[in-house]
Amino acid sequence: MEKSVISIRQLVKKFPAGKGEFTALKGIDLEFNTGEFAGLIGPSGSGKTTLLNIIGSLDVPSTGEAVVLGSSIGELSAREAARLRKHSLGFIFQSYNLLAVHTVFENVEFPLLLLDYSASERKKMVQEALEWVGLTDKTDSRPPKLSGGECQRVAIARAMVKKPSLVLADEPTANLDADNSHHILKTMETLNRELNTTFLFATHDEKVIGYLRRKIFLKDGRVDKEEWVKQTP
Amino acid sequence: MKTAIKLAYRNLTGAGLRTWLNVIVLSFSFVVILFMKGVMSGWDLQAKTDLTQWEIAGGKYWHQQYDPYDPFTLSDSHAPIPPELADEIAAGDMVPLLMTQGSIYPQGRLQSVLIKGIPAEQSLLKLPTHQLDTVTEAFPAIIGAMMARNLKLEIGQYVTIRWRDVNGTFDAHDILITDIFSSNVPSAEAGQIYLPLETLQEMLSMPGETTILTFRDEERERTSVEGFSLKTKETLTASIDEMLKTKEVGQGILYFILLLLAMLAIFDTQVLSIFKRQKEIGTYIALGYTRGQVVGLFTVEGAMHSVLAALVGALYGTPLLWWMAKNGWTMPVDTSEFGVPIAQTLYPVFSPGLIVSTTLLVVLITTIVSYWPSRKIAKMNPTEALRGKIQ
Ligand SMILES: Nc1ncnc2c1ncn2[C@@H]1O[C@H](COP(=O)(O)OP(=O)(O)OP(=O)(O)O)[C@@H](O)[C@H]1O
Ligand SMILES: [Mg+2]
Repeated sequence: MEKSVISIRQLVKKFPAGKGEFTALKGIDLEFNTGEFAGLIGPSGSGKTTLLNIIGSLDVPSTGEAVVLGSSIGELSAREAARLRKHSLGFIFQSYNLLAVHTVFENVEFPLLLLDYSASERKKMVQEALEWVGLTDKTDSRPPKLSGGECQRVAIARAMVKKPSLVLADEPTANLDADNSHHILKTMETLNRELNTTFLFATHDEKVIGYLRRKIFLKDGRVDKEEWVKQTP
Repeated sequence: MKTAIKLAYRNLTGAGLRTWLNVIVLSFSFVVILFMKGVMSGWDLQAKTDLTQWEIAGGKYWHQQYDPYDPFTLSDSHAPIPPELADEIAAGDMVPLLMTQGSIYPQGRLQSVLIKGIPAEQSLLKLPTHQLDTVTEAFPAIIGAMMARNLKLEIGQYVTIRWRDVNGTFDAHDILITDIFSSNVPSAEAGQIYLPLETLQEMLSMPGETTILTFRDEERERTSVEGFSLKTKETLTASIDEMLKTKEVGQGILYFILLLLAMLAIFDTQVLSIFKRQKEIGTYIALGYTRGQVVGLFTVEGAMHSVLAALVGALYGTPLLWWMAKNGWTMPVDTSEFGVPIAQTLYPVFSPGLIVSTTLLVVLITTIVSYWPSRKIAKMNPTEALRGKIQ
């Protein structure tokens, strides 16, 4: 059964620029269902991050509508938006955005602290998430001591630990070499299959594009074309 | 809240040196403020103890005309000792004191003095009155150290005094300084000399009369005595409370400066970290914090400095202040010149109430100072914070 996770209609996003306005998204219509492994592809400035931020409830549409997991982003209060992110969304950033002074364990544990899990539940869940990304031997290290690939795996574990419905990944491989890129992409692909989590990327990295099962090409704030990759059973 | 405390603790301990520098500065303020407050309450205690031992004991009866601030009342403020008090006096639990205005001529200079007559055999007040029990041609007299220094008088020295007798005519006689005492109580020393009671009664032709009566027992029910008014211990120590209150205003300015220095360190850290930690703030928001919660987290982080400072301060402050309370704090300048009842060595007193209230005050102020710059977070755009682009 496929269920709508994201539903975008006539989405326009304008930013104030100098005296006037700059339109970063010029009317987007998109639909995403549960379990998709999709990517927004396009050159720099095409609006990938802008769209991802709106879907992630970090920003709001100027006009049009973005319904994420049943909530219309433009209509949520700050508190409701925070609640949506806390319970249902996972973020993976290009620059990892780990908490540098916290250990790997504490970084991954963070989203669970906000969700009021007990200490023993948290421990179990963090352990499991670190197993998914293959980092169980680094639980007590701190991010500055880790390689880029390891950092991004911690970030994936942090995004996945609460088993969110939707994971948004903005250029997750931009700072990684080919080996590490493939490693984390395989990890995410596996999690997508096993947990049926919806993944939405923003990227212009060929390596990432190779893994996507749905490719949405953005150009100048518009959807240029879409491609589906036939799923191999 | 629990989560914020846990995260704040992780952030603080993770930040290392910067945190500890702030904590040490703050702990220093803590200890110094506590020390000064301890000195103040030690002073209070010492001043009251000295005043009690040297001057007021358990309270007094004043002759109705007597007004310590008006020396002209002295010539009228004397009356025979009320017979109903004779027993208490005989038991050594009450001491009569006769007073008159006079002048003293040390090295040919003239200075007016208060002449007090006190029984040589009394032991109620700490005054070394037994030194008045000396048979000499001159009148034996004892004086305070402040007075002795001012007039350059020494034990064994003779000096002339002059006074008016009942008829208003001047009379003069030599006195012999038999002892000089040091009491820390200006009101028991400044501008006064003590003679044997009987001598003064004779000098003034007022046998059996007194101006005030000092008693030992402050608890006893006291009925009114004809011609005298009762002054309880509380009334008599009120002036000390008053004096300490004014001193406290001056101290308050010093606390304020100390606190300000410590708070500046916290404020600076907060402003800097809000700027430097934009990405982190963005990350908190992406992970489901509201901006208000991030403000809360930063405020708790700032406030936690003061909690850590209290712990660190306790670590070195406890032995230090304990040592001070035990061995006292000797002031580097001659305190008898101050004109206030203060001992050369003060023993600070640190009550639990003092420690708790000081700690709470510092924690409260730190929290406010931490909250102030953190409010800026509430205005941040999360997407810009995530990019670290806010100036
Ligand atoms: N807050 C903002 N204020 C003004 N203009 C903005 C803002 N955010 C984005 N833009 C503009 O919107 C356009 C799209 O930006 P966006 O970051 O979405 O691009 P992108 O596709 O993610 O590019 P890149 O591949 O470089 O990350 C850009 O021209 C950018 O300058
Ligand atoms: Mg981008």
